[in-house]
Amino acid sequence: MHYSAWSLFWQGLKGNTDWKPAWREPQPKGRYDVIIVGGGGHGLAAAYYLSSVYGITNVAVIEKGWIGSGNAGRNTTIIRSNYLLPGNEPFYELSMKLWEGLEQDFNFNAMVSQRGVLNLCHTDGQRDAYARRGNAMLMAGADAVLLDPVGVRRMCPFLDFDNARFPIKGGLWQKRGGTARHDAVVWGYARGADSRGVDIIQNCEVTGFVMENGVCKGVETSRGTIMAGKVGVSVAGSSGRVMAGAGMRLPIESHVLQAFVSEGLKPIIPGVVTYGAGHFYISQSDKGGLVFGGDIDGYNSYAQRGNLPVVEDVCESGMALVPMIGRARLLRMWGGVMDMSMDGSPIIDKTPVDGLYFNGGWCYGGFKATPASGYCFAHLLATDVPHPTATAYRLDRFRTGAVIDEKGAGAQPNLH
Amino acid sequence: MIINHPLLGPRDAQEFTYFGDASLINRPDWQAEDAAELFYEYLHVRDNPAGEHRELWYHEHGDRSWLVVTRNTLTHEISKVEIARDVALTRRHGQ
Repeated sequence: MHYSAWSLFWQGLKGNTDWKPAWREPQPKGRYDVIIVGGGGHGLAAAYYLSSVYGITNVAVIEKGWIGSGNAGRNTTIIRSNYLLPGNEPFYELSMKLWEGLEQDFNFNAMVSQRGVLNLCHTDGQRDAYARRGNAMLMAGADAVLLDPVGVRRMCPFLDFDNARFPIKGGLWQKRGGTARHDAVVWGYARGADSRGVDIIQNCEVTGFVMENGVCKGVETSRGTIMAGKVGVSVAGSSGRVMAGAGMRLPIESHVLQAFVSEGLKPIIPGVVTYGAGHFYISQSDKGGLVFGGDIDGYNSYAQRGNLPVVEDVCESGMALVPMIGRARLLRMWGGVMDMSMDGSPIIDKTPVDGLYFNGGWCYGGFKATPASGYCFAHLLATDVPHPTATAYRLDRFRTGAVIDEKGAGAQPNLH
Repeated sequence: MIINHPLLGPRDAQEFTYFGDASLINRPDWQAEDAAELFYEYLHVRDNPAGEHRELWYHEHGDRSWLVVTRNTLTHEISKVEIARDVALTRRHGQ
C-alpha cells in the first residue's frame, strides 16, 4: 500500500480499518542469495538497497529480537556529515544526501529534520581546527559555516558564553545536519525491503555459520539451518560474539554508551548543539524532551546499562554549557552496546572467509551513517567491490597501518 | 562499580582509569621474526568476550597501582582483583 495524503484521508473516512501490516512475518526459506545478520537500521538499509538499487531480491534479514531493538532504538537520532579525514567525509556526505531524499525514496515519514548541527569551540586553536574541518567538509560537497560568538549568540542565546574557564569563541555550523526519527527509519527500510521481496525474519538468533572448505555457505539459527550465497554480518555491539562463530577476532571492543531524555518542554533548543570543552551534545525531540548524551562509560560491556559516574559527568557538562537545563527533570536514561573500533572508524569489508562479509565498528556514530552504510554494504555484497566512498573502511587497515583516526587517540577504543 | 583493591579495600571505580584487556601485559618480543604480526595482534585485535573478562585498571586517584580485574561484561559483577605486578611476576616465574 502506497502511503500518501490521499490514503490517509481515505483511511480516515473508513475509520482506519484497512491498514495492512507494513511487512510480512515469513517463515525462513531453505536458501537465499544473500543473508544479512542483524535487523537494525544498517542491516535493513542494506537489504533495502540490495533489492531496490542492485536488483537482488532473494534476501533475508535475520534478527535475534525484533527489528530495531538494538542500537537503532537506543541512539540520540543525530544526522550530520562534519568529518575531517578524506576516508570518512565523502562517505558521511553520501549518507547526508541519502537522508535528504530518503522519505520520498522509501515512501515513509522518517521525520528527517534538517534543523542544523552546531559544534562549539572554546579556544583559538579549536577554532582553527574547526576552520580546517569546515574546509574539508566543503571540499567533499558538504556545507559548513564558521560562526563567530555573535553568530552563535543569535542562534543559541541561552548558552553560558562568558564561562570563566571555557568561554564560547564561536562554532562550526552544518545547516543540513539535524535529527531523524530512529524507529521510523527502521520501519521505513523494513517496509521498503519487504515490499520488494526481502524476508524479514524476527525472533531468530544466528548461532553459527555453515562452513564448507573454509567457505561460508549459510547460517545456523535457532529456527534451523539457512543456506546462502553470501552472508553479511551487521550486528554492531554483538560483532565480536557473532564473528567468533566464524573463528574471527576483530579490532573491536564493545562498550556501553548512555543517553538521556528530559521531561517534555516548550521549544528551546533550535538544533543540535555540541560542547567543545567536554563531551556533551543536546537536541530537542519533537515531543519536547531534551535528548542528550556524552562519553561512553569507558570499559568493556554488553550490559545495555551504564553506571552513575558518567551520568554525573554528562550532567555536569550540560550544566556548564546550558545552565538552564538544571531546572529540567530527567525522564529516562538508557544504554546501548557500541562496537568501538581501534581507530574510531567503521569497517565495511569482505572477511578472510569467502562468502562472509562484515559491517561494523561504528563506535557511537552509527545512526547518521545508516543510509550510506546500507548502501555501501549492499554495493559490496552485490559487486564484491567496495563502494567508492567506502574504500578506506578495510578490515586489514590495522595490519597495514592505514588507520582512519579522526581524534588521533590511537588504538584505545574508550578514547574515541 | 566498586573495585575491591587488594591493598586498599573497596574503592569506587571512579578513582580508576580503564586500559583494556589484561593480555596487554604480555607485550610481544620486538626482536621476534614475526614481530610486526605479533604487535598487530597485541595492539589491535581483541577477544571482546560477553561474560568473564580480565582487564587492566589503573588506580589514578589512589595509590597508582595497576590492577587486573576479573569482571563480567554482561552484569558488571567483579569476581576477582589482583595486583597486575603480581600477575606479571607469576607469569614470568611460571615460564
